[in-house]
Amino acid sequence: MDWMAWTWPTAIFFIIIASTLTVFTVLAIKFPETPRKGILRIETTRGDRLFITLLGSAFINLAWLGVVGANQPLALIVCLVYAFAVFRWV
Amino acid sequence: MEKTINQKAWFLVLPVLVLVAFSAVIPLMTVVNYSVQDTFGQNQFFWAGLEWFDEMLHSERMWDALGRQLMFSAIILTIQIPLGVFVALNMPKSGFWSSFCLVVMSLPLLIPWNVVGTIWQIFGRVDIGLLGYSLDALGISYNYTQNTFAAWVTIIIMDVWHWTSLVALLAFAGLKSIPDAYYQAAKIDQASRWAIFRYIELPKMMGVLMIAILLRFMDSFMIYTEPFVVTGGGPGNATTLLSIDLVKMALGQFDLGPAAAFSIMYYLVILLISWVFYTVMINLDKREG
Repeated sequence: MDWMAWTWPTAIFFIIIASTLTVFTVLAIKFPETPRKGILRIETTRGDRLFITLLGSAFINLAWLGVVGANQPLALIVCLVYAFAVFRWV
Repeated sequence: MEKTINQKAWFLVLPVLVLVAFSAVIPLMTVVNYSVQDTFGQNQFFWAGLEWFDEMLHSERMWDALGRQLMFSAIILTIQIPLGVFVALNMPKSGFWSSFCLVVMSLPLLIPWNVVGTIWQIFGRVDIGLLGYSLDALGISYNYTQNTFAAWVTIIIMDVWHWTSLVALLAFAGLKSIPDAYYQAAKIDQASRWAIFRYIELPKMMGVLMIAILLRFMDSFMIYTEPFVVTGGGPGNATTLLSIDLVKMALGQFDLGPAAAFSIMYYLVILLISWVFYTVMINLDKREG
């Protein structure tokens, strides 16, 4: 594992991503759902919305870092609002 | 008939997932680890936090490379898509010449990237290349190693030569799928050639054209080998596109941290475009199906 140059913050980051994926996989198996159409006018399932959330959050964090400065906890609050909006309306 | 939806089928994808983990996910995780650290080699790392991301986001070099990249993709799309459609419209629809055209047009697609680069590198040389020598003999100043404009023209024409066939072949496939009845109806209505194109051929080609646009955009956005072989990113930084700049940073300067941060941002943009690509295709399929 040495060559991968692990650090605790990146390890925690990937553990969170992996557990989120696992939770959503289990949810998709236990509670199958029908896709729905939201404001993007495309059919999405929970998994799609999770993907949109994660990808969008990455861009929000980068934009925050570039425009506001290195204060990521605040960016994460924006991400949570964004995640809520995606799961509610997309 | 309604398809049965069984999410358990996803478990069948597991073997692929393991393969992809080794070929892509684990290396990508390593890149993420690099992006928050600094190294001077010998596998020793120092914590740097978000410094590299900050630096890259404010780096003129990266934004310039991104600008050049977007310009490159925009130019080749504006040329290749209309040209490809034009070629497809003028191809013989059936018989020997149709097959002949198809074969001839697929030839550039079969040539490896670095060979395409070498072909154009030699073709454009003023001392021995047919193109460079002819232009020089005509009194036109052309030198892709010194003149920015010439370098850009060369890599754009090279890409057009390499990939317009793909657009043409896709557009041709789209045209072939239009039933004759549509053309007969247009003839009865005395529709003009333009009207036939605008109201029959274009709408029917929309699906494949969408695929062509997105494929060409993605490919041109990730292009490395051809411009690297021809111009090496020069003159100066004039043709240093994103991936060329990235390789310079990671391997040339061994700035693993900044290069990793750069890679992640590049990857995110590509991921976003791929997602749009996938979504558009799936939705077109649904509309047609």
